[in-house]
Amino acid sequence: MTDAGLATEKLPADPAEIAPERDLMSKFDALIAERQALIDTGVTDPFAIVMEQVKSPTEAVIAGKDTILLGTYNYMGMTFDPDVIQAGKDALDQFGSGTNGSRMLNGTFRDHMEVEQALRDFYGVSGAIVFSTGYMANLGMISTLAGKGEYVILDADSHASIYDGCKQGNAEIVRFRHNDVTDLDKRLGRLPKDAGKLVILEGVYSMLGDIAPLKEMVAVAKKHGAMVLSDEAHSMGFYGPNGRGVYEDQGCEADVDFVVGTFSKSVGTVGGFCVSNHPKFEAIRLACRPYIFTASLPPSVVATAATSIRKLMTATKKRAQLWDNARKLHGGLKALGFKLGTENPDSAIIAIILEDQEQAVTMWQALLDGGLYVNMARPPATPAGTYLLRCSLCAEHTPAQIDTVLGMFAAAGKAVGVIG
Amino acid sequence: MTDRTAIFDTVAAQIEPFNKKGVAVTDATTFQGNLEWDSLTVMDFVAAIEDEFDIIITMNMQAEIETVGQLVDAVAKLKG
Repeated sequence: MTDAGLATEKLPADPAEIAPERDLMSKFDALIAERQALIDTGVTDPFAIVMEQVKSPTEAVIAGKDTILLGTYNYMGMTFDPDVIQAGKDALDQFGSGTNGSRMLNGTFRDHMEVEQALRDFYGVSGAIVFSTGYMANLGMISTLAGKGEYVILDADSHASIYDGCKQGNAEIVRFRHNDVTDLDKRLGRLPKDAGKLVILEGVYSMLGDIAPLKEMVAVAKKHGAMVLSDEAHSMGFYGPNGRGVYEDQGCEADVDFVVGTFSKSVGTVGGFCVSNHPKFEAIRLACRPYIFTASLPPSVVATAATSIRKLMTATKKRAQLWDNARKLHGGLKALGFKLGTENPDSAIIAIILEDQEQAVTMWQALLDGGLYVNMARPPATPAGTYLLRCSLCAEHTPAQIDTVLGMFAAAGKAVGVIG
Repeated sequence: MTDRTAIFDTVAAQIEPFNKKGVAVTDATTFQGNLEWDSLTVMDFVAAIEDEFDIIITMNMQAEIETVGQLVDAVAKLKG
């Protein structure tokens, strides 16, 4: 018998409680207290909403009440498309509910190949790699592309998945001021000339809904010999002639080396991807840990994604409707006197900037009670410590729904004292 | 005046606009504990220091820097 074995037997049958200083969960005490204080004010917990029924891309039942959804990323309203649903059902029947394995081993089915082909066709590129989520696409691409002694240069307002991709890898990480072309230029200029560099940008920044001056930023990156990755999660389907994203809209297709995207927004299911024209792109599959060491997406998910992506290629009517909706809501909220995240309707996200958590929660609650769901966002997710109510539009919102929504905002805004 | 003293004085001057509590700044002053800066303030301050000395302090290096003295040493090294 080993010493370790003896020690185990000597442990008391009824061990003392773990001392607070050794309880690993003690570090969350402040977080628990803050959340409790919020709930004690009597509001619905904004981070524990349950959709009891989902009736369409724009309507659900929350706490027994019919609610308009204005805080999902279902931009193109594909989740209830009959062709998309049928593709998922067929795949379930033919291939079962899951793959039980990594893409690298037994987890690549017919529809994983088909969805990657749909992506190549949609983006007009030679390479497409699908990941299990958009988060993992960024995690995998960034940590795998930039190695030791190389540099990742990222916007200060980058999404958490980009920051986490930096942490996961071994590269040196340099941050520049949000959307500041001069600051990016200055910082790139201070880095060693010969080192490999990856500049990471986002087409649409999801908190305020502002877009990046990609044309200028990509030109600066190229001037310094850097490669460019653009995250187009919030722009797929409705920017540029082919709906590829802000980078297409601003004419930088030739200079963006990697585009990362997601199936969980415009495509309407779950999954992430990266597309590229790089001739060695396929090597990512052999080296990328978040691609290799996880199960692949279920066949029904990739089948729905493939069908949805192919329909998005020609969804010009939906695209026009989405932009109409964004303009109508942005203009209406501005006219009511709300402070918005962007001067113009630059994206399908419209953020209302509020003073503090109390105002944000009260306003959010008033809207929910009236039958409207929007996102509440707070630091650290938001830039500059702001509290936001974020609205995201769907191509399936009707003009009548937008009118109803504006009426709800007018009533709630006046009741809470946000607008006069 | 040594190089290090000059760097310390410049760093201390850059801290002032962010020194809302009026903390006396020494080598041992910590950014989080003594100055009570949040991550946004740290980011603005680091950008100001980088521009002042025309250097890059990577996020990897920032993670190791807790005190003013450590920052001054890092700047001295980067200016090399």
